[in-house]
Amino acid sequence: MSEVPEPTHRRRAHTSGRDLERYAGLFAERTTVMRSSAMRDLMAITARPEVISLAGGLPDTSTFPPQSFAAQMTRIAQESAAKALQYGPTEGFEETKDCILEVMGAEGMLPDPDDIIVTTGGQQAIDLVCKTLVDPGDVVICEAPTYPGAVPVFCSYQADVTQVECDEDGMRIDLLEKLLGELRREGRRPKFIYSVPSFQNPAGVTLSLERRRRLVELAREQEILVVEDNPYGLLRYSGEPMPPLYQLDGGDFVIYLGTFSKILSPGIRLGWAVAPPPVMEKIVLGKQAADLCTSTLTQYFVREYFAERRWQHYIDDLVELYRTRRDVMLEALRTHFPAEATWTEPEGGLFIWATLPDYIDTNDLLAKALRADVAFVPGQGAYVDGRGTHSMRLNFSGVNEDEIREGVRRIGKVIAEQVELYGTLTGEQRLPEPVEEPEPNVLPFRKAEEA
Amino acid sequence: MKVAVLKGGRSLERGVSLRSGARVEDALERLGHEVLPIDVGSDLVKRLVAEQPDVAFVAMHGAGGEDGTVQELLEILGVPFTGPGAAACARCMDKVQAKDAIDEAGLPTPDWFAFNQTAFREFGAADALGRLEETLGFPLVVKPSRGGSSLGVKFARTPGEVPQALVSAFSYDDRVVLERFVDGRELAVSILGDEPLPVVEAILLEGDRYDFEARYEIGRTRFVCPAELSAEEERAVTEAALATYRALGCTGFARVDLILGAEGPWLLEANAIPGLTDTSLLPQAAEAAGLSFEQLVERILDLALTPATH
Repeated sequence: MSEVPEPTHRRRAHTSGRDLERYAGLFAERTTVMRSSAMRDLMAITARPEVISLAGGLPDTSTFPPQSFAAQMTRIAQESAAKALQYGPTEGFEETKDCILEVMGAEGMLPDPDDIIVTTGGQQAIDLVCKTLVDPGDVVICEAPTYPGAVPVFCSYQADVTQVECDEDGMRIDLLEKLLGELRREGRRPKFIYSVPSFQNPAGVTLSLERRRRLVELAREQEILVVEDNPYGLLRYSGEPMPPLYQLDGGDFVIYLGTFSKILSPGIRLGWAVAPPPVMEKIVLGKQAADLCTSTLTQYFVREYFAERRWQHYIDDLVELYRTRRDVMLEALRTHFPAEATWTEPEGGLFIWATLPDYIDTNDLLAKALRADVAFVPGQGAYVDGRGTHSMRLNFSGVNEDEIREGVRRIGKVIAEQVELYGTLTGEQRLPEPVEEPEPNVLPFRKAEEA
Repeated sequence: MKVAVLKGGRSLERGVSLRSGARVEDALERLGHEVLPIDVGSDLVKRLVAEQPDVAFVAMHGAGGEDGTVQELLEILGVPFTGPGAAACARCMDKVQAKDAIDEAGLPTPDWFAFNQTAFREFGAADALGRLEETLGFPLVVKPSRGGSSLGVKFARTPGEVPQALVSAFSYDDRVVLERFVDGRELAVSILGDEPLPVVEAILLEGDRYDFEARYEIGRTRFVCPAELSAEEERAVTEAALATYRALGCTGFARVDLILGAEGPWLLEANAIPGLTDTSLLPQAAEAAGLSFEQLVERILDLALTPATH
C-alpha cells in the first residue's frame, strides 16, 4: 500500500480580502438574498448551560426509549445490513410510504402511494417544491408571520414573497382574496400559497374550518396551488380535530408536506411530500439532482419502528407531555408578563407567539434577556419585510416545567423593566410590575376586524 | 513560542470572536508557534497559570474581552498580551469616556449627551429630553455607551422616536449616548503600532447605515480599501485617527471609526480589538499595505512583546 502523506494543517489556508473579492465575483445572483443573521451569532450564547432556551423548535427526544432504539437498530444490522447500507429509490421505499399512509390516515387522508415522495426532512420538501415551481420574481404567498425556516428557501429561489396577516383563526382569507384580486389585475399569477394551517410555527394559531373550506375553494376556482405544511397535526392538546386542506381538496390543488420529525425524531431527517402526478414527476427529478435518495438507513429504522405498532402510543405520550408544558407556559405568561402583552393560546404544536408593546424591539430585548440567562426567538425572522420586531416565539416542548416557569419569569422581568423605563421616558403611567392575579380576559392575538 | 489565543467568552459578540480566534490560531500554527486555544470562562486564570504561555493573543470582542477586564487580569499575571492595555481598552469600550478624551484632545466629535438609567428612573431626566433634542437636532443617533458592532444603535428621526430608541439602547448598557447625526463618508483607519494602515471606506449597498447584520456580511456593505481620497483628505483623516489613537492611550493596534463630512473628519469611536474575521477591516487594511494575515499576526505579536508597549 502506498503511503498517504499526513495533512499538515487541520484548517484550510486563511482567506484574504482579495480571495473574498475573487469569490464574491463568482457568487450567483441568488446569494445576495441568502443571509446569515446576527441572530445566529447571538444564538451561539444560548448554548451556555445556564441559559434556559425557549428559543428552540425541538421536540423532546429524551422521551424516546433507548432500549427500543437499540433493538430496532440491532434488528436492522442483523437482518438487512446490506440493503440498509445501500442506495435506495429516489421516491423512497414502498414500506416507508406505508408508514406515511398510516400517519396521514390518522388525520383522515388517503393519498395514492405513487403521489408520495420521501424527502430528507420536511425542509427538503419545501425546497423541492420551490425548485419545481419558482422562477426568480415569481409570487409566493405565505402567512404573516410565517415559518422562519421557509423564508430563506423562498429567498434562495428569488421568489417575490407576499405575506397575508393572521389572526387567532389563522390566515385572513378575506385579505388573501383581496390580494389575489390585485395580483390578477396586475396579470401576475402566484405560484403557490404556503400555509401551516394547524398550530402554526411560529404563531401557534390554527386555520378555522370555515377558512379552510374557503381557501380550498379559492384554489380550485382560480387554479392556484396551496402548499400545506403539516408537521404538528397529530400533536393536538385541546379542541376538535380539523380536516387537513389535503383532505378537503382531495389532492388536486393541495401539495401536502409531512414529517416524522415531531412525532418520532428530527435526527432521522425523514419527511415527505404528496403532489399531483405531473408535479410529482418534476419533484422526483429535482430530488434526484439534489441527493439521489433519502437515507436508506433511517427509512429502515422507521419501518422497524412502525412494525412494533406503538407509534400512536408514543404520540399519545408526547401529547400528554406537551399539553402539560403548554398549560404551564400559559399560566406562567399570565403571571409574569405585563398587562400590555398579548399571546396566542395554541391548541397544539410547539409554540406560543407573544406580542409586546410597539416600543419594545425584541431583538434588543434578547440581549437583555441573555444577560438574565434566558433566550427566545425574536419575531423578525418570521417576516420578509422587517416587521415582527415587537413579537417573540416561545417554545414549550423542549424544556421541562420548572424551566418553563423560570424562563418565562425571567423574560417577564426584563420586559417589565422596559415597560417601566418607557413609562418614565414618556411620563405615561404604566404598570411597573406584572399583574398579580391573572386576568381571565387576556387577548390572544388581536382579533382583526373582518374587512 | 507558546501563544494562548483568548476567544469566545460570554459577550454578545461571542460568535464573531470565535471566528476571529480560529483564524488567528490557524495563522499562528502556520507561523510555527505552539497554539493554546482558550474559550474564556471561569477557569481562565487557572489555565494561564498552569500553561504559562509566552504571550496571550486576545481575540475577544465586546464586554469582558475588549473592555479591559481580561487585560487587567493579564497585567496582574504578568502575561504579555496583544492590543491595547487595560486602561485604553476601558476607555475605547465606553463611548462616553472615549468621546470625552477625544474632545479634550481638541479633536472634532459630534455633539452628544450621556445619560444613565438612574437619571430617567429617579431624577426625571425625561423632562430634559426636549432641551437636548433642540441642541442636537434631528435625526439623532442613540447608542449604548458600552457596546459593539452597532448592537442597539438606533436612529431617531422625530422626538416621538427618542423614547423607543432609548429603551433599545438601555437593553445593552445602563448608560446611553445621544449624538448629533453627521452626514458623510464612513471611514475606518486601522493603526498598527504607530503606523496608520490604508483607509477603508464602508459603502452600504442597502438598508440603514447602522445595521448590525450588514457589518459582518459579504454583499450588503461594500468595503473599498484603500478608500478613494484626495491626498489632503487622506492626510486629514489619517492624522485625526492617529491623534485619537494616542488620546485614548492605545498601543499595539486599534481601529478608529470616523465620518468624513464636508468640513472634515468627525471622530466617532475607537475599537480596541477590531475583528479579525474574513470580512473584518483590519486584515483588509493590512493586506492593502502589503501585509499577509500571517505577517499581520506576527507583527501584532512583536508589538505585544516589545517592553514599551504596555
